Formats: sequence, C-alpha cells, structure tokens
Amino acid sequence: MASVKMPQLGESITEGTISKWLKQPGDQVKKYEGLVEVITDKVNAEVPAPLAGVLKEIKVKEGTTVTVGTEIAVIEESTAATRTATPSAPASQPSKPVVAAKGAEVPARAPAAAESAEGRTRLSPAVRALIEEHRISDAELSGISGSGIGGRISKKDIEDYVAKRAQPAAANGEQRQRGAGTPVPLSPMRRAIASNMVRSKQTIPHAWTVAEVDMSNVVRFRQQARDGFKQKEGIDLTFVPIIVKAVVEGLKAVPILNASWSDDGVVMHKDINIGVAVSVEDGLIVPVIHQADRLSIAGLAKVADDLAKRARAGALTIPDVQGATFTVNNPGTFGTILSYSIIAPPQAGILAMDAIVKRPVVVDGDAIAVRSMMNLCLSFDHRVLDGVSAARFLQGVRRWLEGFSEQIPVY
Amino acid sequence: MATKTQEVEAKGGQSRHRSLGLSDDQALRIYEVMRLARAIDERMWLINRQGRAPFVISCQGQEGAQVGTAAALRPGHDWVAPYYRDAGVILWFGMTAKDQMLSFFARREDPNSGGRQMPGHFGSRRLHIVTGGSPVATQLLHAAGVALASKQRQEDAVTAAYFGEGGASQGDCHEAMNFAGIHKLGVIFVCENNGYAISVPQSRQMAIQNLADRAAGYGFPGVVVDGNDVLACYEVAGQAVERARRGEGPTLIEAKTYRFTAHSSDDDDKRYRQAEEVAIWRQKDPIQRYAKYLRESTTLTDPVEKEITERVDQQVDEATEYAEQAPDPTPDDLMTFVYKQGTVS
Amino acid sequence: MPQKTVIEAIREGMDEEMARDPSVFLIGEDVGQRGGVFLASDGLYKKYGEYRVIDSPLAESCIVGVAIGAAINGMRPIAEIQFADFIAPAMNQIIEEAARFCYRTAGDFNLPMVIRAPWGGGVHGALYHSQSIEATFAHIPGLKVVAPGTPADAKGLLKAAVRDPDPVLFLEHKRTYRLVKGEVPDGDGVVPIGKADVKREGKDLSLIAYGLMLTYCLEVAEKLAADGISAEVLDLRTIKPIDQAAIVATAKKTGKVLVVHEDTRFAGIAAEVMAIIMEHAFDALDAPLMRLTGPDVPAMPFNHVLEEAFMPNVDRILAKAKELAAY
Repeated sequence: MASVKMPQLGESITEGTISKWLKQPGDQVKKYEGLVEVITDKVNAEVPAPLAGVLKEIKVKEGTTVTVGTEIAVIEESTAATRTATPSAPASQPSKPVVAAKGAEVPARAPAAAESAEGRTRLSPAVRALIEEHRISDAELSGISGSGIGGRISKKDIEDYVAKRAQPAAANGEQRQRGAGTPVPLSPMRRAIASNMVRSKQTIPHAWTVAEVDMSNVVRFRQQARDGFKQKEGIDLTFVPIIVKAVVEGLKAVPILNASWSDDGVVMHKDINIGVAVSVEDGLIVPVIHQADRLSIAGLAKVADDLAKRARAGALTIPDVQGATFTVNNPGTFGTILSYSIIAPPQAGILAMDAIVKRPVVVDGDAIAVRSMMNLCLSFDHRVLDGVSAARFLQGVRRWLEGFSEQIPVY
Repeated sequence: MATKTQEVEAKGGQSRHRSLGLSDDQALRIYEVMRLARAIDERMWLINRQGRAPFVISCQGQEGAQVGTAAALRPGHDWVAPYYRDAGVILWFGMTAKDQMLSFFARREDPNSGGRQMPGHFGSRRLHIVTGGSPVATQLLHAAGVALASKQRQEDAVTAAYFGEGGASQGDCHEAMNFAGIHKLGVIFVCENNGYAISVPQSRQMAIQNLADRAAGYGFPGVVVDGNDVLACYEVAGQAVERARRGEGPTLIEAKTYRFTAHSSDDDDKRYRQAEEVAIWRQKDPIQRYAKYLRESTTLTDPVEKEITERVDQQVDEATEYAEQAPDPTPDDLMTFVYKQGTVS
Repeated sequence: MPQKTVIEAIREGMDEEMARDPSVFLIGEDVGQRGGVFLASDGLYKKYGEYRVIDSPLAESCIVGVAIGAAINGMRPIAEIQFADFIAPAMNQIIEEAARFCYRTAGDFNLPMVIRAPWGGGVHGALYHSQSIEATFAHIPGLKVVAPGTPADAKGLLKAAVRDPDPVLFLEHKRTYRLVKGEVPDGDGVVPIGKADVKREGKDLSLIAYGLMLTYCLEVAEKLAADGISAEVLDLRTIKPIDQAAIVATAKKTGKVLVVHEDTRFAGIAAEVMAIIMEHAFDALDAPLMRLTGPDVPAMPFNHVLEEAFMPNVDRILAKAKELAAY
C-alpha cells in the first residue's frame, strides 16, 4: 500500500483543501493521472497520482482542509496484473490478448494473463489423460472454458465438464466467482446450454430459410376439436402435435433433414425422433418424442404433454432428452414472428414455429382476405444439405398444414 | 639410542627366540609365513608382468616388521587394521594363499571384497582384520575406535594399526594417536618406515629422523626397532601388547625397513632411487637374516627348509590355479550390499 | 499424550536407546559434562557415565573415525557433529569409509552407527551455523539420511537410526529444536526410515517439504484452505532412501506439486523429487513442477535482512502455492 500525502503546492504553503476527488475507491489509477483537485491560497491544482494502482481509500473528504504532509489517500500498487478468467476465445478465432487492468501501467513482471488460442490448446498431460478417459470430442473440448492462466483448460475444468455432461438436468456442482465485478452465478443448465450453443455455432455452418404458412385450416380445426379432445383425453390439443406431425411428413419426404454430419459421411437416421423445446424456469430443455412417425396426432399430443409436464417438474430422465434427430422449437408463444434457432448437434436442422398472426393476404387471384399466418423458420446444417432440400422440406410441411382438414385422422 | 636388536645380540643371541618365549615350532611358523608372503608376492609380479592381472602392491622387504609384530598378537581375539602392503600381517592373522590369489584376480569368491576392491585392500570380520580402503591413514582412527569398544566392554583385546611413514603425515594419524593417548586405549601403532611414500623420501615427509619421537607428544612411548629383524620386532611388539592389555595405553613402534620393489606394479622406482641403494638393502633381507639365525640356532635344518619350501610352493601353485579358474562376479553383483539389507533402494 | 519439543524428543530418544541397549553410546564435542551445546544430551553423562557419553577432542574426523571403529567392534555409536557446517573434516571418513564399508566388503562388514548434526538457519547463525547438507550426503550411496520435522518423528527416527544396521546421518533442524512442539507417543514409537508422511491431506496441490519448511508448509496449507484451495502436505522425513511411492502418489492425486527446501537450489533435493515425478507421474501433471528453495549463494549471512532474504518463509511459499493453484 502507498500513502498519498497533501503536497506542498507552493513555497510558503502550509495547508490545502480537497476540492474534488477525480477518482473513487476501487478506481484504477495511472501514474501521473489526475487524482484530486486541491485548492490552496495561491494555487488551484490537480494533483497527479504518484504511482499506478487502485485507489483503496480516501482519507480526507471534499471540502476539508489539512496541513501539508497529511495522508489524504491510500493507493494499492498494482503488482502482478489481475487475471480475469473470461470465457476463452474459440480456437478458430485469432488470439485477442486481454490487458488486465485497463489504464494501469504494465508491470515489469510477468505480462497480464493473455487469452490466446495457444493458451487454450496447450493441454497438460493430466488434461489429455482425462480427455481420453472420458472420450471428450474436439467439438466438446472447444466448448469447455478454461479457468487456468491464459484460458488454459485445467484438470478441474475437465472434471467439472464431465460431471455436468452426465447430468444435464440436475443442478449440481458449486459456482466459481470470477474476475472483476459481480457476475450472476451460472447454473449447471446455463453452463450446459452455453457450452452447447458455442459448440453448435462453431462446428455447424448454419443456413436459414423461412416459409410463410397459412394456418387458417389448422386454426379452425383446432377450435372445433379442442373441447372434445380435452374432455376425452384430459389434455389440451395444442398446435405442437399438429406441427410435429407436419414435420414428420416433411422429413419422410425429404429425409436428408433427418440426418447427421460426420467426417466419414452423412448418417441417415432410421428413426424419426423429434425434440420439442420446452422452456423451463432456468432456460430451455428439449425432451424427445421417440419414433414420432409412428404416433398419431393424439399420440403426439399425449407424449408431448407428458414430456412438458415432467420437464417443468424437473423429472425428465436421461433417455427423455437423448436421441433427437430433429428439433422443433416454439418461440411463437411469446409473439415473435421470425426466429433463428441454433441447431442442436449432431442434428442437421431445427424448425422454429413463430406466432400465428392474423394478416391480410392475397387469395384466389387478387382478393384480399384475413388469414392466420405463421412463419416456419428452418435453420439447417449447410454441410449436410443445400437450400433446395431445405426449401423442399418446408414446402412439404407447409402444404400439409395448409391442406389440413377434418379428413386428417387425429388418431 | 641402542636398538633392541643391538641389545639382544649383545646378550649372545643363540636362543633369542626361546628367550622371547617362542618355541622352535613357533619360530619356524614365523619363518614360514614370511616365506609364504614373499612367494605369493613374487608370483603376483610374474602374472602381472605377463599381463594377466592388472595390479600388484608388494610386501617384499617388509615381512620382518609385519610378521614379527603380528606374531605378538592373538589372531581371532585381537584386531589388526593393516595398510595395503601388509600381506605378512594378514597371512599371520589367518588369510591364505588362496585368499590372496582370489583377491589378486578379483574373483567373486575373494573374501575381502568379492572382487570389488583392488588387491591389498584387506578385510575380514571373522579374522578380525579391519577392512581398508585407499584413502591413507583412515584406518588409524578405526583402530582407535575398535580399541575404545574393547575398553568400553572391559575386554583385553588389543588392536594393531599399521601404516607407512607417509600415512603419518595425515591428520587422521594425529587425531587417532591423540585420542588413543587421552583415553589410554589398547592400540599399538606400527609404522613400517621404508623411507619412501611412493617416491617422496622421508626428508620430505617429516622434519625429524625418528617418527617414534612424536609419541611423547601424545603421552605414550615410542620405540624405534630394526624392521628387518623379525625377532626384535616381535619383542617390542610383545612389550607394547602387554602394556596395552594392562590398560596402560598405546605404544608407537617405528620399524625401520625398506621396500624392495617399486610402490606398485604401476610405479617405476628407477625414477627416484638408485639401484645401489636397493642392492644394499637386499643384503639386509629380513627373510635371509632370519634364516641365517634359525640355522645358527639349529632350529632350521635343510630337510625342514626343504619341507617349508615345498609347502609354500605348493600352496602358491594351488592358490594360483584355483584363483585362475574361479568365476568373476556377474553384472547383477554390482547392485548388492549398498546397504546391509542387501538391496539398493 | 504429552507435548514435547524436538530437542526433548531427541534427548528422550537417546536416553531410551541407551537404556535399552548397552552397546549404544554418544561421542562428540561438549556432549558429556555440558550436555551438548543445545542440551540435546543434558543429563545423559550423569546417568550413563564417561564411557557412554564421551567428550571428544575438537576433531570431526576423529569423532566419525572412532565411531566407525567402535561400530566394527560390536558397539552402536551415536557420533555428534556439533554443527552440520563442521562436518567437512569428517567427509573422508563418512564418504570414503563409512558409506562404503558394507559395499566394499560385499556385506561382510556393516556399520550400525548414527551421525547426528544440527542443521538449518533462522537462528542468526550466519555462514557457518546455518547450512543444509542433506543433498551432499544423499548423493552418496551407502548412507542413509533422515531429516525429521516434528518431535514424534525426531524421536521415532532416531530410534530407527540407532537400530539400523547401516550408517545414518540424522539431521536435526536447530530452529525446530524449541520452536516445534508436538505430541510424542509413549512407548517405542519407532518411525521407519524410508517412509514419508502425509501430514495434511488435500486435493488441489501438493506441498513437499521437510525440516523447518514442513512447519511453514503446514501454515501455508491452512491459509490456502481459507481461500478454498486444498493443499496436501507431504513430509519427506527421510531424504535417503527417499519414499518414491509417496511422492508419486501425491503427484498423481493433485497434478500440481511445489517442493520447498531451505537448501540452495542447484542440485538440491527438489531436483531429485521433481525428476522422480517426471519419470513416474508425467501423465498426471496438470502444471509444471515448481520448487521454492534457498538461493545459490555459499551460505546464509548474519545480518537479519540478508538471512530473511535467504530463507523461504510462509509468505513466499504461500505466494508460490497460489501461483501454482491458479495455473
């Protein structure tokens, strides 16, 4: 700690008055940077900081007069630069060195903990052994943030990741406070989501296309059928099972969307397992309707309802959240009309159904009518398929939905 | 001051050995061990010069001082801490021609060290021969320690520490004599002063004529004796041993003698001494002098001499043959006995 | 269980061994009438007499050489060198003779002797009363070298050393003599030579130390715990034969190791510990091995500023440990 004293601002000056503190406790201070304004009989001066560091304590309040030599402030000298363990830069991006204390002099000692691609890829023997033991893929690895120097992935980081990977739904592990400021602690779910999102965007080249769907027939049908369905089945008939059914038909017609990319070739999945995103308190969870192609609309409704209930109760099992080959997302419940969802690897696509909004559209030649319109937004893996297949898929889904009638069996 | 030899010879000397308490057999035994020491050594030089063994370090010329003083001790009860030249001492204390040859060829069966040490590095717990290394005069402190233990256990065992006049310059020599003198330990210090420490003559080793003079500085007697008169050595050693057994403390015996060969098979003594000097001392060969005395006292006759010669030669031949055939240590033998437990950590 | 200081434990160890076995005796400068300059043998002269507690002349080679001789002839000597700094005159006897007796006679001879020496600094002892000598002698095959850091270990290892059939260099850190107190069990309490001891379990990093540094590392571990870092502290206790298994085990457990010793850096014991870990636990390492040692200057100076600059202390060890934890 370094003591800052009231300077003698003139030959015969014996005291000075603190006029204005230019820095507050906790602020970084550069050497020679203005620290405080002082008024004396002769001179009004800005007193520069005698050294670099953090202003720890103000000893004399503004407006107070003290004699020359009185301690007016305490500065904590900067020693080794603070290491802010911010999430590491992705391996594919160029290295971005982070200067530790903004505005502080760079100390003569070891330079600030620079985040670098090199720091991340330098794996210690212990880390390598754990990666092998737990079969962590390169894709997963790129999503693990490093808490060591320079963003280094430490043994503990791997161990934490492995623990969370095993239980995506459970809340486990402790949080670690990091860096300057007071961040909100991350829940395991948030961590997992973050990690998956990063991994997805880093490895899958996303492309996005939208189809407008006239849902009027579906809307009408649902309005008519829901009460009877509720009475008979005890659950609501939402749009979800109908959309899922449409998606299943679409996937049957354009199966390339029900596939996964691998270095050895595109893997076409036999089963159609549709993940249906459910929002829960802390984030998002995606339970899976397995073999959705074998279920009727009512069947889909039942399964979806059960999964959603259990999701909200935190009662999903591991099989419930595994094995999806395609995902349907329903952001429209909150009114959004266009959404860009992020694909859940190793799937090849994700379909967002946005809000059904009544709009004036052109029908039957040139007439204007009010119809219930919905946008279907498809994000797809451009390695696996091109825009043509994506468009054809959407066309299939759209046509099925627009052609909806009482003829389509619910059961 | 008259040496013991002169005193004794003045008495008439016919039965010197009997007046010293030695029977004829014992007197002959002393002679035979001296002969054996010499014969083994000569054989070693031959084998070395044939290129069949790398190293010899000789006792030749000093057998009188060695066997004479050793004969005053009790093998198995007393202890000796010899230096590398003391073949006569260790043979008296129970080592055999075979032991010597096994050591010479560095065989696995070598009782001193299993082939780990050079020849001349004697040691046997069973025979009470303290193991010696190459650093000079360290054994003098060991001898003092052995004698200390005897005193602590109130045993009358005596320890004889042997060294050359070169070793007397080492600090350990001073420290050992000092300690032994303070505690009146039962140790006799026997210096075989052969006039040379490798090539360095006595005049460069000390400022005095008689090493024995130093004993007074340590509080015990020092005696000069003709090292090539085996019976004189026996006599003074006997007196020193008696002194020690009575608890009266150490004695320093300085045996004036001469080394007939170079320091070792790696030394060329022509570089530092004259052939004439060696020839003069050869005239005073302790074995020949003793043989002459034994003949004069009718203890040694021709048949007995022949018998002894045959026995010695046979022992040397058998020992040589045995040791030549004996197996070497194996590479696995390298790692054993770093610690007594037998294995390296 | 009673609390004792290290010096009390050593005195008790000698007393009990001498009472148990009449072949055990002590020889050294000032050990008799005075009871030793640190009072390590206080009272023993009176109890055992002048043939078992021998005031030697001022001659270290003599002390060790005579001890060797006595050990040849059935005794179990404890030879005291007054300060480790003065052991040099006895080097010839220790290295060329004592260490080699067993090997050079292929097991015919062995020397059941102990050489005790106070070592280490922090007592304003300056260049010639503060040295560490363990690395020099640990390098010599045939010797055993122990350096206890607690009273229980001091007593237990001294007993083991006396009973050992080989020459043991028993190093007592003089700063710990009265500074370090601990429980000493009643009864024999022999601590085996060659076994390290985990003095504190932990999982984030390992501190490996001995002597005075053990006490400092335990303090450091306590401070680290307050910061949420769990440090394991391994007390080597025996320098030679070193407990390789324990060293490897702690390295594999935490993956991060800091070796701390007071001795100068180059070719100090830390180098050997680190080599062992590299050879046997490389794949478990999560950070480079680290060491904190005395500097490579001939010895610890007298002036307190210089002495403090020399000696590793709790603050410095703590800072280094935190650096390791953050890696």
